[in-house]
Amino acid sequence: MNHWPILPLLLPALAAPLIALAVRHDIVLQRVFSVASTVLLLLLSLILAGKVADGSVLTYELGNWPAPFGIVLVLDRLAALMLVLTSVLGLFVLLYAINGWDQRGKHFHSLFLFQLLGINGAFLTGDLFNLFVFFEVLLIASYGLMVHGGGALRVRAGVQYVIMNLVGSSLFLVAVGLIYSVTGTLNMADLAVGVAEVRPADQALLHTGAILLLLVFGLKAALFPVQFWLPGTYANAPAPIAALFAVMTKVGAYSIIRVYTLIFGDAAGDAGSLAGAWLAPAALATLVLGMLGVLAARSLGQMVSFAVVGSMGVLLVAVGAFTPQSMSAALYYLLHSTLAAGALFLIVDMITQRRAEHADALIAAPTFAQAGLIAGGFFLAAIAITGMPPLSGFLGKLLILDSLREGPAAVWIWGLILSTSLIAIIGFARAGSVVFWKSLAEPGQLPVGDTPKGSLPFVAVGLLLAMLVLLTVFAGPISGYLDNTAEQLFFRRDYIDAVLGSGRAS
Amino acid sequence: MISLEFIVASAIGVLTAAGIYLTLRGRTFPVVVGLALITYAVNVFLFVMGRLAVNQPPVIRPDAVAYTDPLPQALVLTAIVISFGMTAVIVVMALRAWFESGDDHVDLEVSGEGSRQ
Repeated sequence: MNHWPILPLLLPALAAPLIALAVRHDIVLQRVFSVASTVLLLLLSLILAGKVADGSVLTYELGNWPAPFGIVLVLDRLAALMLVLTSVLGLFVLLYAINGWDQRGKHFHSLFLFQLLGINGAFLTGDLFNLFVFFEVLLIASYGLMVHGGGALRVRAGVQYVIMNLVGSSLFLVAVGLIYSVTGTLNMADLAVGVAEVRPADQALLHTGAILLLLVFGLKAALFPVQFWLPGTYANAPAPIAALFAVMTKVGAYSIIRVYTLIFGDAAGDAGSLAGAWLAPAALATLVLGMLGVLAARSLGQMVSFAVVGSMGVLLVAVGAFTPQSMSAALYYLLHSTLAAGALFLIVDMITQRRAEHADALIAAPTFAQAGLIAGGFFLAAIAITGMPPLSGFLGKLLILDSLREGPAAVWIWGLILSTSLIAIIGFARAGSVVFWKSLAEPGQLPVGDTPKGSLPFVAVGLLLAMLVLLTVFAGPISGYLDNTAEQLFFRRDYIDAVLGSGRAS
Repeated sequence: MISLEFIVASAIGVLTAAGIYLTLRGRTFPVVVGLALITYAVNVFLFVMGRLAVNQPPVIRPDAVAYTDPLPQALVLTAIVISFGMTAVIVVMALRAWFESGDDHVDLEVSGEGSRQ
């Protein structure tokens, strides 16, 4: 049996308790172990991506119970891509956090690895109930990380975050129950075969389950009308954690892509077209709300959080079309927006730490140490996230617009994506000029004070920005890989055959 | 004669309705109780999704004539454990928020003066 697919789960699952139990009093050892584990995780993800690059689908039957009776892990191109993205972002965020953030509370490193465990599990699992379990794993780690360092406002934002997600988890269970009650299975590949055979009398239950699932994944992905929790959570979370959370919204997007191409795809009969009809208008509303929020925000943290909401809108508009071309564009934008949002959250934290009592408020204050270098980073990341040339945001939006030329909604999609991009550019330009330019007119300079020393944060942010540049320079080969990924998503037979054995796919 | 299905379904409905009402309240204690009620409702709902069957074993026995679906029972055990843990987390976080800010409102905006009666 091929044991590769379980390694991205085993590694953090072993390293996290080791850090929490054996080396909990020694911050240096904790850092060594968690960085080593994350580097190893990155190497593992790259190896796994290499193994499935030829289009094969690897499966791993836990406990050797044959699918659909046991739980199965499935590694295809999309899962491998998400694993690589998570470990890249995780490594750079961890490098940033080592400069002090990890000492503001206990157990940062083990919670961080548990978080990676949950995210990796959600990407790898091939079972709907197991997806729920991994959602809970990543959520409970994120609750701990969200309130890391404490503080009244942060803990209260954390309470809101937990309440929202508890309601979401309950809805997830209801949806899973409804789907199980009419299909008798929760294995995704088995469901893909089974939903087409659901009796007409049970269709209403199946549809309700499918729409509830969309609501649950939409909650994770900050989709309108359940996007409102995100700005409060992300703006109040510790900066490295907000940067890591940039990939959490993508867990929701991933689940939407997976479930509504594999299970509720075109072959699912009436239930197949449900997601597309709801997703595209909701995504457009998300886009408008997010970008208007960028303009209305009163602090940098809020502004970046709203930019994340807006970018989820762009991403899900493209997902909602459910064509291979738009899916490939959506995946490119997904890679870009995760890295860009991660970089922006870290840059905002650098500004916050240096501006003392002015923190990240959008007001002019005396200039601060290393303002020039940070301004350069902010400029690059802002160009990327608003979608201006030459960085990957521009290419991503271009690919998405190009893939959505057809259809009656094309005018709306083009109009809204282009006009909200302009709004975002205005918002970020205003923020940059207030924080960096108008500060030059203010007398004096803020004292260096307790500004963290060391160059590691700059290295981490620089590497994230370098990833964006790489994503732009190698856009050709990357979108070639993504085209294949999208094609594999819509050609479901490989996935179903790999899980259930050949001959079951209809 | 009231059927078993009717009793179970209305129990789920009442639990959910009470849970939603409490979850929409403004302070953390009713919200936590509301969340607990919702998770109870969900657990019962999960349990009956394999249909109600009386006096039928879930695992293989030589003398059994029919079986009830064992999978929902396994799922609901997992769901109970997870929701119990999550309730513990929210209780601790709500207490911590109250200690740190002296305020038990869920809403972020109400913080500061005037919100403490």
